[in-house]
Amino acid sequence: MQVTEELVRQVTDAVLEEMKGRTEAVSGHQGGTGQASLAGTYPGGFAKAASFAGRDRINPVKTSYADYPRARQGQDPKEVVIGVGAAFQREIKKTICGIPLDDVLKNIKAGIEEEGMVPRVVKILDTSDVCFMALEAAKLSGSGIGIGIQSKGTTVIHQKDLYPLSNLELFPQAPLMTLETYRHIGQNAAKYVKGEQVVPVPSENDPMSRPRYQVKAALMHIAETEQLDPEVGKIEWEG
Amino acid sequence: MKRSKRIEILDQRPVNLDGYINEWPEMGFVAMKSPYDPAPSIRIRDGKVVELDGKVREEFDFIDQFIADYAIRIDRAEKSMSVSSLDIARMIVDIHVSRKEILELVSGITPAKMAEVINHLNVVELMMGMQKMRARKTPGNQAHITNLKDDPVQIAADAAEGALRGFAEEETTMGVARYAPLSSMALLIGSQIGRPGVLTQCSAEEATELELGIRGLTTYAETLSVYGTEKVFIDGDDTPYSKAFLNSAYASRGLKVRFTSGSGSEVLMGSSEKKSMLYLECRCLYATKGAGSQGVQNGSVSCIGVPGAVPGGIREVIGENLVAALLGLECASSNDQSFSNSDMRRTARTMLQFLPGTDFIFSGYAAEPNYDNMFAGSNFDAEDFDDYTVLQRDMQVDGGLRPVTEEEVIRVRNKAAKAVQAVFRQLGLSPISDEQVEAVTYAHGSKDTLSRDVTADLMAAEDVLKRGITGVDVVKALAQTGYKDVAESVLNMLKQRVVGDYMQTSAILDKEFHVLSGVNTPNDYMGPGTGYRVDGERWEEIKRIPHIIDPQDI
Repeated sequence: MQVTEELVRQVTDAVLEEMKGRTEAVSGHQGGTGQASLAGTYPGGFAKAASFAGRDRINPVKTSYADYPRARQGQDPKEVVIGVGAAFQREIKKTICGIPLDDVLKNIKAGIEEEGMVPRVVKILDTSDVCFMALEAAKLSGSGIGIGIQSKGTTVIHQKDLYPLSNLELFPQAPLMTLETYRHIGQNAAKYVKGEQVVPVPSENDPMSRPRYQVKAALMHIAETEQLDPEVGKIEWEG
Repeated sequence: MKRSKRIEILDQRPVNLDGYINEWPEMGFVAMKSPYDPAPSIRIRDGKVVELDGKVREEFDFIDQFIADYAIRIDRAEKSMSVSSLDIARMIVDIHVSRKEILELVSGITPAKMAEVINHLNVVELMMGMQKMRARKTPGNQAHITNLKDDPVQIAADAAEGALRGFAEEETTMGVARYAPLSSMALLIGSQIGRPGVLTQCSAEEATELELGIRGLTTYAETLSVYGTEKVFIDGDDTPYSKAFLNSAYASRGLKVRFTSGSGSEVLMGSSEKKSMLYLECRCLYATKGAGSQGVQNGSVSCIGVPGAVPGGIREVIGENLVAALLGLECASSNDQSFSNSDMRRTARTMLQFLPGTDFIFSGYAAEPNYDNMFAGSNFDAEDFDDYTVLQRDMQVDGGLRPVTEEEVIRVRNKAAKAVQAVFRQLGLSPISDEQVEAVTYAHGSKDTLSRDVTADLMAAEDVLKRGITGVDVVKALAQTGYKDVAESVLNMLKQRVVGDYMQTSAILDKEFHVLSGVNTPNDYMGPGTGYRVDGERWEEIKRIPHIIDPQDI
């Protein structure tokens, strides 16, 4: 089992690397860790562009979650459920701007705990739409407050009795997110549970993130969506 | 490798910060034509479409079925489908064939045939087509009015200035969604101070948006999104039928409404069914038509990074704008989202709608600095105002805007900020200080304004909803605080909903609240000497840009 999983990971990583080749060539970051720097540090980048024409998937392999425990309905009124995307920490390990998803989760949880509330993580396998993910998390949550987070980093704070496309707070521009923002999101979600007057996390805006990141966002969303498994639905996720 | 200094310089140009990708039809990364696009076909039996674009009725998804049942004139289908796509394309650019003839012919063709027609046209021909097929005789323009702080005072001031500058419609949205009632109210008041008759809307979650409309805090709606594949519709918890129902809900209250669609959304949602962006957008536009909408906002809109990344993507964008016009829909032609780091590239992209003129060239133009644009940035912003008015003057083209003076700008901004201050006080909402009014009057963007008490604002916003405050309450508050002229304008906007004329295709209002639409002022372009020409008073206005050399000063 270990070996198989390891193998799968290697294959998917290899494909993801290939997929990322072009985007990284353009944004020019080395090793895929830091913020994108000026274009063109990759010599002759365009020559390396991968063609995927003819292929139906980004990752040839789909992870099976059939053996995982199904997500339970929470009873604890202090609970905030975090619903993560299907590819979270598996096929995708970093947000669109390169923040490790392990750290993202750690900070959201820490934010919730700092306010005296209790985080629980589930993986949402029946939708990759962040609003619906967040709403499903909220419905599973003992407090009725949930957070949805896509693997590319887009995040929503939701409440179980709101319309799906409504929300308490929405962070649509994933490239602008920092670990501090994620921690702040955890704190705010916890404050909603406590019924406090919450000052929303201040909005951020970078008009140039679309031309730079939208294609990468599309590819990451495809990589997430192709891992969906509606039969399994929602599972408990240790993260 | 030893690097060429020239290539190094080129690599650092802004255009190379943009994202590009090779065509990948399996994932929908293909603009005009995918090898998986269906061939056009239609079969009709007993007055019912039993085959559409290679699919038999039993295999229809709900979009196919909706299109087959409501979007194609089956009485014209046989005749229209027998005309070759190339011939239809040629008629579109033939000045001797009228808009009306084209509309009739095209009303009988299928989405796949429509995509085929567009594939025959190059960008200049697509622009020629738009010049003729646009619904309203005069082109128009729409603004985005937003800011990073969701500050209602700044919204009012920017709305007033935007209206003064010539925008016929103004749209707001929020960073924090719960601000919507305050944003709508500020936009409504500010717009009428800049120029009576400007239409306003608040882009929010659909149920909220409808509620704000029903209450008369907005005067039109735009964000009824449709998609080209069933999966994406379902992910949004919607169907073409539910959208048609929502459309009727607005209509029942006399509100102007248009749909929204655009290429790239299905790719971004990971469900393109291997089809080209153009073909999927044709399906969206047919669904829009079938739902009975008078118009659409399209041209990729917020997904512009996707067509912008593939070969021929910007040709596809004007192509899909033209499809909207060919279906007789009002077309608010996007240009509303930051699209490129390159000033050259972003300007060139806009010329495709600016030169032929569309019903709304932008949908909308950021009438604030882009850092304040809460639609994540528009293709043009407040810092481009003078570039834009100079382009109008250079080419003698009507882009919907007019040059203004600093005195006028300060006057309307100040009046709008004060009016909102008075209305908020009168209605017992969150307080607005004199310092704030002053800061907003002279501000460029939210970096120049004071911070609001967000908690108090959000409580006030909730209060507006709870207390059932409507447009009529705004009229009363304006009248009671000495803003009689503004009260009258807002009341006139509410009256439009009883009259209903502005629900006709492509309607805007002039400053006397007269409707100018595709019905009473239709586009009659048939080549040189016909159609809309920039002349007379309007041309004199366009000529009056600031910063003109006075020979006496030399």
